Amino acid sequence: MSVDKKTVRKVARLARIAVPEEKLEPMAEELNGILNWIEQLNEVDIEDVEAMTTPVKMAMPMRDDVVTDGDIRDKVLANAPKTEDGFFVVPKVVE
Amino acid sequence: MTNLTQLTLADALDGLRKRQFSSREITQAHLDEIEKANPNLNAYVAVTAEKALAMADAADAQLGKTKGKVGKLEGAPLGVKDLFCTEGVRTTACSNILGEFTPPYESTVTQNLWDQGAVMLGKLNMDEFAMGSANETSRFGPPTNPWRREGANTKLTSGGSSGGSATAVAADLCLAATASDTGGSIRQPAAFTGTVGIKPTYGRASRYGMVAFASSLDQAGPLAKSVMDAAIMLEVMCSADEKDSTSLQMPVPNWTKSVGKGVKGMKIGVPKEYRMDGMPDSIEKLWQKGIDWLKAQGAEIVDVSLPHTKYALPAYYIVAPAEASSNLARYDGMRYGARQTGSGSLTDTYEQTRGQGFGAEVQRRLLIGTYVLSAGYYDAYYLRAQKVRTKILQDFESAFGAVDALLTPATPSAAFAYGEKSDDPVAMYLNDVFTVTANLAGLPGMSVPAGLDENGLPLGLQVISKALDEDACFKVGAALEEAAGFTARPERWW
Repeated sequence: MSVDKKTVRKVARLARIAVPEEKLEPMAEELNGILNWIEQLNEVDIEDVEAMTTPVKMAMPMRDDVVTDGDIRDKVLANAPKTEDGFFVVPKVVE
Repeated sequence: MTNLTQLTLADALDGLRKRQFSSREITQAHLDEIEKANPNLNAYVAVTAEKALAMADAADAQLGKTKGKVGKLEGAPLGVKDLFCTEGVRTTACSNILGEFTPPYESTVTQNLWDQGAVMLGKLNMDEFAMGSANETSRFGPPTNPWRREGANTKLTSGGSSGGSATAVAADLCLAATASDTGGSIRQPAAFTGTVGIKPTYGRASRYGMVAFASSLDQAGPLAKSVMDAAIMLEVMCSADEKDSTSLQMPVPNWTKSVGKGVKGMKIGVPKEYRMDGMPDSIEKLWQKGIDWLKAQGAEIVDVSLPHTKYALPAYYIVAPAEASSNLARYDGMRYGARQTGSGSLTDTYEQTRGQGFGAEVQRRLLIGTYVLSAGYYDAYYLRAQKVRTKILQDFESAFGAVDALLTPATPSAAFAYGEKSDDPVAMYLNDVFTVTANLAGLPGMSVPAGLDENGLPLGLQVISKALDEDACFKVGAALEEAAGFTARPERWW
């Protein structure tokens, strides 16, 4: 499989990363270099092999469904680029 | 008085408890060193001098009491990789996208250190989001390795991603440091700087408050001046933590007790697949020396095979970018970090924020990750890679049926110069060829300095052990350390 300029543009859009037009071609080349190298995984027989999850089998820990945190509005907002009246300010979402 | 910054952590803790010097004295000594060295070495990206001295005074008060609890690290000044959230102290993972992010909470790993009386000197340089093997991708510029080739003054990398941590430990700018390892980011810098680094079993150390890169691979661990120091640090850093559902719910062993126990009767595996074409002679020779040292101390050497080793790096470069593309989706410039508004629309704000905030290597990996997870490709890439991971783990499990630990080189070369490998991403990725297998299989891995190459640069040997058997790493690591008698220090040019 090989990616072209068009694919890079699409993937960059999916990843929400602005990639300048003149960088699409070089980026496609770089990605192809990496993807071609990754292709060697096709040599491995993975018939009847389960995907790895964890090296140490353990049950997912359970906890009581209770509130353990909260009432820290100002801390939550402290690093926001823009706030107003205790809210995050974001670009207009609905026209 | 002896030079306080040159003490090992173990000796410093001893001196502090005997009141031979105060925490304020040893902390100030480190701050003085940092002030002198950091302009040349760029190990620290933030120095928290005031906080350090306040913590030191609190530790001194504790040490001065006749009764009461003295922490395991009481009064010891340490450095913290900029990947760990530290309350009230800027944490950026050395990325522009985090701007001046100042966490309102503390990571579990660092909280564990402070609970035991440690002193924080500051935050340490790293590759952006821990993505790199040379620490070249940091927004603050790279640190410089204290080690140089004999008779040359070319600036060498300290390795990555924990390059700042390794630099600080090697140059006596802290007694020990926290670091993290996703594909070799503790062990490769350790090998490049003549320091000791260990990544424990996946889940031993909590990932709460650690900036996420690839969640199924990320694991915290220390960089230290000796195997004993690494054991002291790791014991405190690890804990069962309900804030991280992948944290192992089991007690942390007393690893310090394994240091010096010896390797008599242990079976040590030597995997033939780690003998690579074109591997420098000096590394081949060092590996053989390591084998001879362990044999001389009573270990039995067994040849083993890990047939899927060559597929580890390609599998890693699917799994890690895929998980990163998901983890780093949170950086949208809305709730924290640096926002770039662009034309003002929501999509353009996202795209400009991320296009300007992420560096080239991070963007490259996010695009790979997004691509391999995009519609129609999941089975061909991510699922296949996760199955290859199972094969790699099975290789290890069958080897560990016959041996207690594995001995390998830590890196395929000594430290290299900046820019030497940055043109070709794949060539850079090959740095982690010996370390990445332990991440994929979730196993403990340690790098121990064992000798110098023909240019006078340090080289490391790696010990890999069974899941949950860090004890074996500490036993074998200490045996190698003792036999190697590695006392070389970088010449102080900085």
